[in-house]
Amino acid sequence: MSKKTFSKLVSGIVPVQIDNIDTDQIIPARFLKATTREGFGENLFCDWRKNADGTEKADFPLNLAKYKGNRILVAGNNFGCGSSREHAAWSIVDYGFDVVVSSFFADIFKGNALNNGLLPVQVSPAFLEKIFAAVNKDEKAQLEVNLEEQSIKIVATGEFEKFDINAYKKMCLSNGFDDIDYILSLKPQIETYEKSRAFNF
Amino acid sequence: MPVDHLLDFDGRVLSNLLFFCNFAELIFLYFMGKTLFEKIWDAHVVHKQEGFPDVLYINTHFIHEVTSPQAFDGLRKRNLPVFRVNKTRATADHNVPTKDQHLPIKEALSRHQVEMLTKNTKEFGVELYGLGHQYQGIVHVIGPELGITVPGMTIVCGDSHTSTHGAFGCIAFGIGTSEVEMVMATQCILQYRPKTMKIEINGKLAKGVTSKDIILYIITQISAAGANGYAVEFAGDTIRSLSMEARMTICNMSIEMGGRCGMIAPDQITFDYVKGREFAPKGADWDKAEAYWKTLYSDADAQYDKVYSFKAEDIDPWLTYGTNPGMGVSVKGLIPKVESIAANEQTSYKKALEYMGLEAGSKLEGKKIDYVFIGSCTNSRMEDLRAVAEFVKGKKKAEGVEVWIIPGSKQVEKAAIAEGLDKIFAEAGFELREPGCSACLGMNEDKVPAGKYCISTSNRNFEGRQGPGARTLLASPLMAAAAAVTGKITDVREMI
Repeated sequence: MSKKTFSKLVSGIVPVQIDNIDTDQIIPARFLKATTREGFGENLFCDWRKNADGTEKADFPLNLAKYKGNRILVAGNNFGCGSSREHAAWSIVDYGFDVVVSSFFADIFKGNALNNGLLPVQVSPAFLEKIFAAVNKDEKAQLEVNLEEQSIKIVATGEFEKFDINAYKKMCLSNGFDDIDYILSLKPQIETYEKSRAFNF
Repeated sequence: MPVDHLLDFDGRVLSNLLFFCNFAELIFLYFMGKTLFEKIWDAHVVHKQEGFPDVLYINTHFIHEVTSPQAFDGLRKRNLPVFRVNKTRATADHNVPTKDQHLPIKEALSRHQVEMLTKNTKEFGVELYGLGHQYQGIVHVIGPELGITVPGMTIVCGDSHTSTHGAFGCIAFGIGTSEVEMVMATQCILQYRPKTMKIEINGKLAKGVTSKDIILYIITQISAAGANGYAVEFAGDTIRSLSMEARMTICNMSIEMGGRCGMIAPDQITFDYVKGREFAPKGADWDKAEAYWKTLYSDADAQYDKVYSFKAEDIDPWLTYGTNPGMGVSVKGLIPKVESIAANEQTSYKKALEYMGLEAGSKLEGKKIDYVFIGSCTNSRMEDLRAVAEFVKGKKKAEGVEVWIIPGSKQVEKAAIAEGLDKIFAEAGFELREPGCSACLGMNEDKVPAGKYCISTSNRNFEGRQGPGARTLLASPLMAAAAAVTGKITDVREMI
């Protein structure tokens, strides 16, 4: 289903300065039984965010008032490792993030994120440090993510880096397409192809 | 040079321009032959764009009860129809019972999935060969036997053993549920082109050695991950000498070595098999089709990314002893010693042997078995049943062994009864049941109890595959029949 288009985003940050965050931490296995894709945001980082009695842990970044409403998640190295569950990407999107920044993403997570309209931006370890330093200095620090130019900038300092993205996925995000929307946009070509074939094979 | 070279000049050769700016190389590429895989792939590319996956047209989409419900749900949410209902065929196979199929399914989840398939196919107008239909059966058995599968096709199904159809010279592969939805919605699939691999087998097979032994042998040689990322073509004079049903067994298990698909170039044996089947082309259409199919072979100068070559004479009756299909050994061989396994794999190797209750360095021959399963999309066709019947005629199963024969389809079941195989099986104490996937994956009631040994003609020996704690030894139908009679792993060559 079509998702919203993505071109440029300027937003505050939610810093989760932890390396090797695996998908079991992002969304614990006990939440995988649901049959729809909605509602997983509620349990994003559940075991870090909530006490056993369901109350919020005061010190976890997602619970801090100063970061509420920010749409860019910035995490430590090797984000999204472990289980292939697509629910990890669903939970981050459902919570309200549009972009996740790290110095490395696990392959499967990266694919799942892109298929669900979440942009994973991989930066150098040095740039990641600069982002964390910027938000530690000023909790309102903002990042500017420009998909067309494939750049990410720390607004306050103007420092920026370029990032890579698969050309196909870039087009999908820019147009708010998912795979099916993309193929259906080629319907005239499909019909022409069908007419050009003498047989059904 | 094949005619369609000109057609794909823009697509294939120009996309390589970036990498091969040298004009001489460009000329070379233009004249270079194509593999069977490349010919079929190129003939199905609807749209090609640098950096994008190819949009590949799909000729036939098979669906079944387990991986389709969420895809139909997705279509409903998008308010889309099935794009080409006449290229979509459905059957119920994965979790159907193999006894009393005329009665309601007892297990609630299975019944629900089969009912959902009936409801969904009716709502979307897809033809269903459901329980009770004369064409019902395992999806990879019915496609070929009904002539739905013909050479040159692209075929997908939400089941990894879709590679079976590659035996006809098709690009056929398994897909996930989100891709099932994609193909339903568009009759196309997004795919990056895999690398190509050729596996050649030449020479004459010994009596009692079958195509199942060939593929188990190959997977043991190159490992369960040996063909990851490759489209595999099986070639060589041994392959050429095999019947279509034997070729299907080989392509079926391509996925067990990680292959994206497996395929064999069509030849006279293929055309003879297809001709006259229910949905195969007829009359003038047949002539045109056959002329086209005869162009479907790998050109002599075609390049593969990887080539393996094996000798048929090296292949014994083969069995697996472990918990992935690459853990195989000759019936005369020994289970490898722990020291012979790579250091980083020794822990999982020991775990597999512990699960199987087998000792490193020991022989499988003579090992007592409890269950025999003859069935699955790998080996449940008429030739398999005939070979078993011929072997067991006048013999009896061993005391304490349970033998299930599950035909691949209603048509196979009917033909087996018409030939009197049911009587031969009954006299031997073998039970001929009704068609379905059955104990290959134990989604229905046909499960092997924990700790019991089952010699199985299916395709996977994973932990718990045939039931929690079940111990699976993959083998050919002949080897399974021999074990059924003696009650232990037996070299069938010594009994024929």
